[in-house]
Order: sequence, then structure tokens, then C-alpha cells
Amino acid sequence: MSPEFSAQSKQRIERVLSRYPNKQAALLPVLHIAQDEFGHLPDPVIELVAKTVDVSPAHVFGVVTFYTMFHRSRHGVNELMVCTNISCMLKGGYEILHHIEKKLGIKAGQTTPDGAFTIVEEECLAACANAPMMICGRDYFLDLTPQKVDTILEDLRRRWREQQKQSPVGGGGGTSTLHGVGPGPGVKA
Amino acid sequence: MATADAANLKIVTKNFGVADSHKLSVYQQRGGGQAFRKALTMAPAALVDEVKKSNLRGRGGAGFPTGMKWSFIPKEAKTVYLVVNADESEPGTCKDRELLAYDPHMLIEGMLIASYALGCKHAYIYIRGEMMREARIVEDAIDEAYAAGLLGRDHAGQGGAGMFKLDITLHRGAGAYICGEETGLLNSLEGKRGWPRLKPPFPAVKGLFNAPTVVNNVETLMNLPEIVMRGGEWFAGIGMGKSGGTRILCVSGHVARPGVYELPMGISTRALIYDVCGGIPNGRTLKGVIPGGSSMPPLDASELDVPIEFDALMTDSRIKDVEIKPGVPFDLGGGRKLKTMAGSGGVVVFDDSTDIVAFCARIMEFYAHESCGQCTPCREGSGWLARVCRRVARGEGEAGDIDLMANVANGIGGNTICALGDAAAWPMLGFLTKFRADFERKLAQSPKARKAAAVPTPDGGVGASV
Repeated sequence: MSPEFSAQSKQRIERVLSRYPNKQAALLPVLHIAQDEFGHLPDPVIELVAKTVDVSPAHVFGVVTFYTMFHRSRHGVNELMVCTNISCMLKGGYEILHHIEKKLGIKAGQTTPDGAFTIVEEECLAACANAPMMICGRDYFLDLTPQKVDTILEDLRRRWREQQKQSPVGGGGGTSTLHGVGPGPGVKA
Repeated sequence: MATADAANLKIVTKNFGVADSHKLSVYQQRGGGQAFRKALTMAPAALVDEVKKSNLRGRGGAGFPTGMKWSFIPKEAKTVYLVVNADESEPGTCKDRELLAYDPHMLIEGMLIASYALGCKHAYIYIRGEMMREARIVEDAIDEAYAAGLLGRDHAGQGGAGMFKLDITLHRGAGAYICGEETGLLNSLEGKRGWPRLKPPFPAVKGLFNAPTVVNNVETLMNLPEIVMRGGEWFAGIGMGKSGGTRILCVSGHVARPGVYELPMGISTRALIYDVCGGIPNGRTLKGVIPGGSSMPPLDASELDVPIEFDALMTDSRIKDVEIKPGVPFDLGGGRKLKTMAGSGGVVVFDDSTDIVAFCARIMEFYAHESCGQCTPCREGSGWLARVCRRVARGEGEAGDIDLMANVANGIGGNTICALGDAAAWPMLGFLTKFRADFERKLAQSPKARKAAAVPTPDGGVGASV
């Protein structure tokens, strides 16, 4: 059965389409909405998106595979984006990555069998003054040490288990309180 | 510039550390919004002149004069777009992310001023896909600005400007460094792969949706309210040479106090590292510095006294010329030699414990990963640089690898549609010029290179296979 967008996604798409002079320009936002809803972007979803923004599935495929954040296969609920670029490398970014790999028993690019975690080795994530660092969903984890990583992984796993109990289907990335923006990470104003 | 006041002057980070600085009410309590009201009393052309006078230069990396960029927009243009480049991803750079999170309303005010000056009715913010937290904060700020009638509602302008109304749309990227290149960004915003476009035509003539377009960096636009309030001359006066204003420097790596600092334009690398950032920790000594993001050639420990300013880093004789071969400078065309550049403000400091070749290999792997694949010299060349540099780093280099890397880098520079090719070639040549001994030491450890050195090949071993 070909997939359909939920009513909520349709509403988001309507709003997005109204912001551009043509439909094709809404392709990236619509792909984000599709990935939010379906978790990843297999062929049937690509066809649905193509129909929605009025371009060919081949064009959508080309775009999906160009950008690293669009996934053709299912990723874990918690996507750990671990930076190993130069600023993080100088401060032990690879040690952090290898520690996470060991802890979770998977390599970068892989997903744990329970679907709780995916590890992504990331390029610079613009938090260089707080290296080494990683992102999970909307949460930044800065100035990492192996000990900090252990606590973070335990915390994320506990939250994931609780989510599983409430809705076994799973959802997006980590949750966050966005408005608790205190004086800042790495900001020495 | 050297007065105590100037040293502490904050323009774009002045609201950092204030509780709820991302909320419109707080922004307005602290004087936000006055600049836009003042701008509306000026003719758009007068605003462009003021920005020209201010010597404001693009803070994304190239340092192009903002007022001049604006003046390329054809006068008769009916539809003009302003696009904010918030796709910060140059390794070592972490300023725009903080600016978006702490003061999105200063960006919105800067966009209102720029749009009024340019005649833009719909502006887009292209934010990096990974910045989900910041995207939410900016989205909320845009909603607040609509609710307050700043966006989506008519404002009466002066000097024949008539009514002015602006819409702003936040557009999320999806993970591609190349979309920080302005024409790659425009293609991405149009729903395509982020492939850079051939120039000319430049975006000012044919940009987003084929309309004249100005693409400006976040920090660049956030300077506009202060320029409007205090005048272009004042802004130029606090700067250095032809670079107005302050500069945000993001310092990372081996310093005691890494951070995002707004500092007087033209502070020296030495003062930045030892006075502002507390020097090199753990009893180590400094080996080198990348002055403006990973695409810039590094400075070695003897080159720290040059001001971190756009023109100085390109021309100061205290900085060595980057070479293709020992003694042969890299030619930028027109007789100009490559030294380094101020770039995006990402200052990466590395001490004497750093494995220089592995560090350089990581930079090359980044560019190989991010090359969009459109131009052969960059697509193939960046991969070669990464593979050869990595094998040298692993102690498996072959005789002639240093020349091979210089050769490949020289073949990329200047031969591609966009500057990503240069961004891979320049640091490669820079590291080879400044830290050649480190590469030679690694090669001396390689059994393959040692074996080849014992039996010289007719061509001197250059052109080894990967």
C-alpha cells in the first residue's frame, strides 16, 4: 500500500508550500516532514514526496542521496552525531567516538539491534569551543569525557525505554526544553 | 582602537548572557528595534551608502565589502531576495550558531534593515540542517516578530520608498557543507542538489528563483542595527584599515580558555592566544594556528604577530608565501601570492604534541567527503589528497608523496566552479610549506618510502600510485 501523509503532516506541508513561489523549492522541507513521519525515505515515500512537490521521483532520489541527513534506511531513535573534525580531534573526539562504539557494541554508521541508537561520525557541528562534542536530536552534549558519555547513554536509554512503554512505534530524536537558554556554552562575553 | 573602551566594545554579542535574550521583549527592553525605526526615516539608497561607508565586510569567510555587494543589485529590479547564510559548517567556526540561539531578534532587525535598503519583500534564512535547536529558536522568534507586526505588515518608508512589508521564511538544510557556498545554497533553497553555479551571472543579477539576490552571513547582518544607530563612519572608525567594526573569533583546540569572543578588528594571533585565551595549557608550546577555518593555510609559531584582519593576513610580509615546491610560491593570479586569510573567524590552535600529518589528513578527508562531485579536479583531487596524506600519516607513505600532494593540490586550485576546491588545496599546500619537516619525518618512518629511496626511480619516484 502506498503511504499517505497524516493530517498533521499535510497541514505542515500546506504551510510550507505557501512560503515559496514554486512547489519544487519546498522539496527539502517536505522531505524533512516525510522523514519525521516515516522515519526514513524508502522508494514509496520518495514517490509520495515527488507527487507532493510536483517533480520526478528521480529528482527527489538525487536530492535525498546528496544530503547526509536524509536516510534511505531506518535509523535509531537516538541518533548520536559525534564530531571528529579537527577541533574535536585535538581534544579527543576520536576517543569519545570509540568509547561510544565500544559501549553500544556497534560501529559508526550502524544502528543497535533494538533500534535505540545510531552512531554517526559527523563533520564539524559548530560547537568547536566546547570540543569534544556530539548532538542527539535537539540536545547538544559539550565538553565530553568518557564518564559524561556513560551518563548520557544511560539517560538516553532510560528515556527511550519509557517512550517504548508509552508508544511502542517509536518517535523522533531526543526531547529538549528549548527555552531554557541560559548564559551560554563556550560564550565568554 | 587600542583604548580600553574599544577593547570591550560588543556589538553583535552585546546581549549574550542576558536572561531570555532570545525573546523579543528582552531584545526591545535593551534598545532593540530603534535601528529599524530609524532606517525607515532614511531613503533606501542612503542606507546602502551608510553601509558602504561603514566598511562592513562579509563575515562568512570571503570578507567581501557588504555595501558593494548590495550595490550590484540592478536599480530597476522588481523582485529582490535577501538570503541569510546560516549554514555555518567551516571546521573551527562556531559563532553563527551562538548568535542564532542568543539573539535571533538582532538578526531579524538586521534583515528588516537590509530588506528595506534592497527592496526585498521576502527573505529566507537558510539554516544548517543539524542545528535543530537553533532552528526552533529562530522559528519562534520569527513567529514573535509576526505577532508584533514587525513582519507581514506594512511600514511607511521615506525617501520615495513608499510602503515596505517583509516576510521571512526559515529554510532548513539537510547536511551538506557545500550549501554554505552561496550559489550551492541557492540551488538547495530551490529544491535541488547543492551544486554551486557558474559565475557570472552572479546572484546579484540572477540568484534565487532567477531574481537578483543578496546572500549575507548571519554575523554580517547583525552588525546593521549598530551601523544605522551610530553611523557608517563610526563603524569604520572602530575597525582597522578597510575592515570596519569588531570581529567574532571562535577559538578552539589547545588553549586554556576556548570560546567565542567578540574582539577589536585586528587583534594579533599572539594577543588572542596568550592574553584572551590564557595561552597553551599542560606546559606545552604552540606549534601552529589555523586563523580562519580549516580551508585557510596555517600560521607557524613565528607568524603570530600579524593582525587577524582580512587584508593583513593576505598581504603582510611577516607571513611566508605558500609554496608548491620549496621556493616556488603558489600563484593566485595577477602576481598575488597566497599567504593566508581571515576566513570565517574559526581559529584552531594546535600544540607541539599534535601529529601534524594526521591533522592535515583529517582536513583533507573532510573536503573529500564534502566535495559535491561536480568538477573533476575537486572531486578526484580531494580524494587523492585525503588518501595520500592518510597513508603518509599511517607511516605507509611512498617516496615522492610530498611532491605528489603538492602537485595534485596545485591542479585543483583555481580550476573549479566554486572555492571548495581551493579550500582543499590551500591548507594542503600551507601545511606542506610550514610543516614540511613533519611530513618528511613521517615518510622516513615508512618502509615503502625507505626502500624506494635506496633505489631511485628514473622519475625521482614522483607519481606513485594510490
